[in-house]
Amino acid sequence: MTRTAPAAPPRTRELRRAFGRAGQYLALAAYLLFLALPFLWLLSTAVKPAKELGSLHPAWIPDQPTLENFRQAFDEHPLLRAAGNSLLVAVAAAVIAVLVATPAAYVIARTRGRSATLATGWVVVSQAFPFVLLIIPLFLVLKNLRMINTLWGLVLVYVVWALPFALWMLAGYVRAVPRELEEAAAVDGAGRLRTLVSVTAPLLAPGIVVTAMFAFIIAWNEFFFALVLLKSPEKQTLPVVLTHFLGAEGAADLGPLAAAAFLATLPSLVIFALIQRRITGGVLAGAVK
Amino acid sequence: MTDATTVPRPRRLLDHGAWFLVLPALIPILVLSVGPLLYGVGLAFTDAQAGRTEPTEWIGSLNFRDLRRDTLFWESFGIGLVWAVGVTVPQFLLGLGLALLLTQKLRLRWLARSLAIIPWAMPEVVVGIMWRLVYSPDAGILNETLRDFGFGDGRDWLTGLGTALPAVIVVGIWAGLPQTTVALLAGLQNTPRELHEAAALDGAGAWRRFWAVTWPALRPVALAITALNLIWNFNAFALVWVLTAGGPGGRTRLPTLFAYEEAFRYGQFGYAAAMGCAMVAVISVVLAVFLVGRLRGGEEK
Repeated sequence: MTRTAPAAPPRTRELRRAFGRAGQYLALAAYLLFLALPFLWLLSTAVKPAKELGSLHPAWIPDQPTLENFRQAFDEHPLLRAAGNSLLVAVAAAVIAVLVATPAAYVIARTRGRSATLATGWVVVSQAFPFVLLIIPLFLVLKNLRMINTLWGLVLVYVVWALPFALWMLAGYVRAVPRELEEAAAVDGAGRLRTLVSVTAPLLAPGIVVTAMFAFIIAWNEFFFALVLLKSPEKQTLPVVLTHFLGAEGAADLGPLAAAAFLATLPSLVIFALIQRRITGGVLAGAVK
Repeated sequence: MTDATTVPRPRRLLDHGAWFLVLPALIPILVLSVGPLLYGVGLAFTDAQAGRTEPTEWIGSLNFRDLRRDTLFWESFGIGLVWAVGVTVPQFLLGLGLALLLTQKLRLRWLARSLAIIPWAMPEVVVGIMWRLVYSPDAGILNETLRDFGFGDGRDWLTGLGTALPAVIVVGIWAGLPQTTVALLAGLQNTPRELHEAAALDGAGAWRRFWAVTWPALRPVALAITALNLIWNFNAFALVWVLTAGGPGGRTRLPTLFAYEEAFRYGQFGYAAAMGCAMVAVISVVLAVFLVGRLRGGEEK
């Protein structure tokens, strides 16, 4: 193509670039495989009949895909009840966290200085402490409140667990609401509460929804506190019940296990798919364009 | 709320009454987060045990003296450090490579982005179960693939003394890679594009451009995500609990698993709290290094 090109330099550069491109695609492909393959294997195991699971040469695509594992999972383990518990805990935690965090986040965002710094500081610190140091006293505190082995005790823990993050996210959304709008309302004679309810809150609604979904996922996925705080089997949440499938070392019923594990992921996967644009969208779009 | 009649001055939307808005968040945080934390530190100096009837006694630093001699705990502590570093470093390197890759104009970026959600949204318990299926000695795809390529017969990765920790570390990397990548992608946005282009025009190679332009802008985010990853990984529990429960022979028993067993299997609340304090010490070092790194700001290295 390059008729009049001064021979070597441009061509080697082009060649080099082509190789670089190929290398880039290779790296990207490797990454995609690393991310996707375990998940695909989970799906494959979930729809595999018992006969094929027992075979010494497992295949990616089962010869006779079946939903039998799902049925068996529901039959042998209290999955529905566990899912119900998880749903109750996660929804309650999300709703309460948002109700409690929104006014606080508003104050944090609108007052500059110490309180805001303190709040952000707490976000980091609260992430840093090992659960084990928290769980024993929490266990004792909840015991004294007679809330051990209750779903509401767990809800309380999850609310507190989600709060730093919720505060931090919501404060960001509040800062995005122009102060001038509120000031205009105030000058027009609206009281603080009125300004908040009729001017600020509607503008915050999308942020509140995203934050609630985040809190939901945190509670839906959580395992450690649920393991320690819930003793009676009928109260256990989905992640805890899933570990019962594992049984003794290696003795797990792989098909139903895979089926149940896949089902347990669905709600958070759907929610994440819905809100991920808001989390990573701006980030990726900006970086990628 | 009471001063609806007085005309609020602009620029002063909040008065002291606003603190009532903070209380609903503040009280639960104090009661269920700050309080227990202080309580937990206090417990470390007592002989608190589960289900004991006689009152708990203050025993000073006795727990810490015992802890110092507890070789099993220090073994698990070492495993925790190997695990945290072993997961965090590859996570950073791979995440950085990917973030740089995703700033290129490549096809399939959308796929990378959609797939990145999966590990992020999955409950840790499910991640553990999934990888147990992958590693499974006979029904697992890893061994099957190795057999296809002629590499011997099935290995039991998670129960082999030598393979368990590396196998678990791979899972840890998988689970945290998307977050790291996205954070670093956000950091790459700090890179001044014009500077990059100017450097390219001046004939600086990709390597030079990375160190002279990209890295200085990326550094704060890189530091933050690495510090957080180190802490999160050091505190990990569910993933390893599901994968190996600390086995084989304690080879993957992280300090969190150790302390959990101490507290809830053997009922040694005070002693387990002391373990928690020892972990806090390490975490504080990580935070301190991170803060020093931040303060030194733009300096190289």
